[in-house]
Amino acid sequence: MEPQIIKFYQTGSFAVGNRLLDDSQRSVQADMRRSNSLNSGHRACQGCGEALGARYAIDAAMQATKNQLIAVNATGCLEVFSTPYPETSWQLPWIHSLFGNAAAVATGVAAAMRVKGREEVRVIAQGGDGGTTDIGFGCLSGMFERNDDVLYICYDNEGYMNTGVQRSSATPPAARTSTTATLGADPGNVFGQGKFVPAIAMAHEIPYVATASVAYLRDLEAKVHRAMSLRGARYLHIFVPCPLGWGAASEDTIRLARLVVETGLFPLFEAEHGEVTGRYHIRNRVPVEEYLKLQKRYAHLFGKRPAVDTIGRIQAMADRNIRRYGLLGEEA
Amino acid sequence: MEKPFAITLDVGSSLANKTGSWRTHRPVYVDRLPPCNNQCPAGENVQAWLYLAEEGRYEEAWRKIMEENPFPAIMGRVCYHTCETACNRGALDEAVGINGVERFLGDQAIKYQWRVEAGAPTGKRVLVVGAGPAGLSCAYHLARRGHAVTVLEGSDKAGGMVRYSIPKYRMPREKLNAEIRRIVDMGVEIRLNSPVEDLCAAIAHHGCDATFVAVGAQRGRHLQLPSTARVPVLDAVQILRDLEREEAVPLRGRVIVYGGGNTAFDVARSAVRLGAIESLVVYRRTREKMPAHRSEIREALEEGVTLRCLSTITHVGDGVLTAERMELDAKGQPQSTGETETIVATTLVLALGQDADLGLLSGVPGVRVADGLVEVDRNLATGAVGIWAGGDIVPADRNATVAIGHGKKAARQIDAFLRGEVLRRPVKHELASADKMNTWYYSDAPRAIRPILEAVRRTSGFAEVVGDYDEGTALYEARRCMSCGNCFECDNCYGVCPDNAVIKLGPGKRFEFNYDYCKGCGVCISECPCGAIARIPEAI
Ligand SMILES: Cc1cc2nc3c(=O)[nH]c(=O)nc-3n(C[C@H](O)[C@H](O)[C@H](O)COP(=O)(O)OP(=O)(O)OC[C@H]3O[C@@H](n4cnc5c(N)ncnc54)[C@H](O)[C@@H]3O)c2cc1C
Ligand SMILES: Cc1ncc(C[n+]2csc(CCOP(=O)(O)OP(=O)(O)O)c2C)c(N)n1
Ligand code: SF4
Ligand SMILES: [Mg+2]
Repeated sequence: MEPQIIKFYQTGSFAVGNRLLDDSQRSVQADMRRSNSLNSGHRACQGCGEALGARYAIDAAMQATKNQLIAVNATGCLEVFSTPYPETSWQLPWIHSLFGNAAAVATGVAAAMRVKGREEVRVIAQGGDGGTTDIGFGCLSGMFERNDDVLYICYDNEGYMNTGVQRSSATPPAARTSTTATLGADPGNVFGQGKFVPAIAMAHEIPYVATASVAYLRDLEAKVHRAMSLRGARYLHIFVPCPLGWGAASEDTIRLARLVVETGLFPLFEAEHGEVTGRYHIRNRVPVEEYLKLQKRYAHLFGKRPAVDTIGRIQAMADRNIRRYGLLGEEA
Repeated sequence: MEKPFAITLDVGSSLANKTGSWRTHRPVYVDRLPPCNNQCPAGENVQAWLYLAEEGRYEEAWRKIMEENPFPAIMGRVCYHTCETACNRGALDEAVGINGVERFLGDQAIKYQWRVEAGAPTGKRVLVVGAGPAGLSCAYHLARRGHAVTVLEGSDKAGGMVRYSIPKYRMPREKLNAEIRRIVDMGVEIRLNSPVEDLCAAIAHHGCDATFVAVGAQRGRHLQLPSTARVPVLDAVQILRDLEREEAVPLRGRVIVYGGGNTAFDVARSAVRLGAIESLVVYRRTREKMPAHRSEIREALEEGVTLRCLSTITHVGDGVLTAERMELDAKGQPQSTGETETIVATTLVLALGQDADLGLLSGVPGVRVADGLVEVDRNLATGAVGIWAGGDIVPADRNATVAIGHGKKAARQIDAFLRGEVLRRPVKHELASADKMNTWYYSDAPRAIRPILEAVRRTSGFAEVVGDYDEGTALYEARRCMSCGNCFECDNCYGVCPDNAVIKLGPGKRFEFNYDYCKGCGVCISECPCGAIARIPEAI
């Protein structure tokens, strides 16, 4: 993330817009003419973080490419809630093929554009965490390894939400899903499994890898802009709370997306060719409980006899992220 | 249309799907009452004028203040600014420097000679007795509403206790004069040297349709001390008055001031400036209990004033005073200990509070006086039809801001009375309390320091102690305001709605909900920094 020098304007760059700033310095989302790539009437749940994340990212990419954009979607909530036949919420060329092949289809679309001499037309592939970190992972790794000219965006809601909240390899430890019951000695998802795809993407040494969260709009938009300024394989992993799957209040979507970052559980950084080039420094560090207790998927950790050990292990994960990615900035 | 294989329907838009029907609660834009506004005794709309100042629209900001209070340059100096104590930003870092911005705007107005016009003449005439902050505020608000106003003032200058009590180092006279002159320029007639002894006679003589009495509390309370009378015992208010008149005041040698209020400190600080060897404030309770303002005590100490708390003066002797040490009992009340000590003194000044001289009201049928104060209803009406009273002579906190608020309130009532209307109380908006805010979105910004004259330079004269904000600082302070409870167009609701159900109407026009698509998730409510969206259950 580029260090931003912002004069003091009431909300600085924390809010979506800021009437005291020049239009050019405001976010894409503040613009009355934003493209609303994912339009109203979609069937996502109340407070859906994925719907929000998709509009944030695609609107920014539309702006960056002057609307010369095609999106390829994997199966998943984002695809299902936006395109019940014959309706669509998408206001750009959009194609869906299968659950696991979005990266491969996008590679094909990009190749077709190149053959047609339409290199100004840019391609984005997008899918959920299941479609990305599990079933689509082979296609994704191939796309990276070939350095195909695609930005792949993963909307990480930490589970297979569309089919009823099953565990994915992005589901965090201790979380309850419909396949990780809160029974037995270690209730919820197990510790020590799963994977963090941004790190794997970095290992491919592709031009650009970044993480983002729907609570940090300006950061998210800056990363989309950076990604669209580059060619080759790029990967953006966006944290998107799922009120239904997590048992959270719909109005807490952005609060959760903020707390996950401020606890250190989800690091925000960007990397070029395998090296970290920027990281977000935690502004207001909070203990992990603040984040966990807002979600029913962690309810078994609280109540009369709080699972202090388990919470401690989750806190240790946050602390390790903070160390590993240097999330505390200078004072640390 | 020719359709591809297996396709039977035209492409449709999801706009056909009105997801608003899912809603159980709806977000609604509201304007909540910011704590600063709620607190202001003069009823200023602080948030609103800070909002304008934030954009550098200083004249509009000043006019916003002027809707409620004709004295921004005075208030920006002597107001006790309880708004800042109430300010929600206090819980975040430090309260907004409201008072300093108000002063900046007030001074801008004087510098650029911004004016306010009187309203179209109504043909009604109102008599105001007393040209203190209460009387002048009332006159101003009546003039704005087109009434002719005559103010009768007993002394030779207008301004009341702000002129005759508050020393120049806190209230430069050119600012005071400028703000009073602006009211005179609106056509308000102030007759100086016109003390009213009999209100009925004055009303009859001036032939007015309504009257506002605001003669203040001018008489220093006295205390009979056993005395061999070798030390002169003086009255604080009288001394401050003489100081203003540039008459010689005997504040030399060892000056002992008895009392713990602002008046005591104004005298003690004046004594330092006049070259007293010692300026000692004696008070019977503890320092924490002193009614004087904290900043007043702090500045006095910086200037060399000394304090002796838990001490009462029991005897005035030959160049010395006898003081008894007090002790707090379990209830925190000071009790005698019998232990005495002597204090060397050249002069003793009594600053024990002021009483009102209400002789002018004695023959007025219906006006009741109890405990030295005029009885009024919540609208400041006395028991006599057509006569209102306010400021220091009615039961309320005694300060200039309250007096100004009274003047405005009485003016509104009088205006309604003269028009034959009954004023309806506006519904009070819900308070924009801290729990309704999402302060994450505000930039970290420590409060700007107000420049203060160095102590050594203060004591050599009556130069103003607290300095101005320059424009940049005033703008910065204004922008620290969080706009509690009132939309400031940060675009958050417009951005965070997952359903694009917020319509942005453009600069200055705020936003609208598109209830066709709003699913009622409440994200906009949670993420509104200033708490300007309410959650209302749908009738289902
Ligand atoms: C030493 C001192 C310091 C203070 N400092 C502050 C401060 O820093 N901040 C603050 O907010 N408040 C301060 N106050 C309080 C504040 O000055 C008063 O509360 C305020 O001035 C009251 O306003 P008023 O209009 O009711 O009365 P006054 O200001 O007392 O005005 C009454 C006017 O009526 C005139 N008058 C009296 N009798 C008659 C009559 N019979 N006929 C005609 N005219 C008459 C008087 O000459 C006077 O001009 C201070 C008070 C004192 C004594
Ligand atoms: C090959 C295949 N297996 C299973 C499915 C059923 N299926 C559809 S969406 C989905 C889960 C999607 O999860 P994720 O990719 O995380 O997206 P989310 O719905 O959580 O956004 C599954 C299992 C399918 N469509 N195709
Ligand atoms: S932040 Fe602004 S609106 Fe809120 S209480 Fe303080 S001055 Fe008033
Ligand atoms: Mg998922």
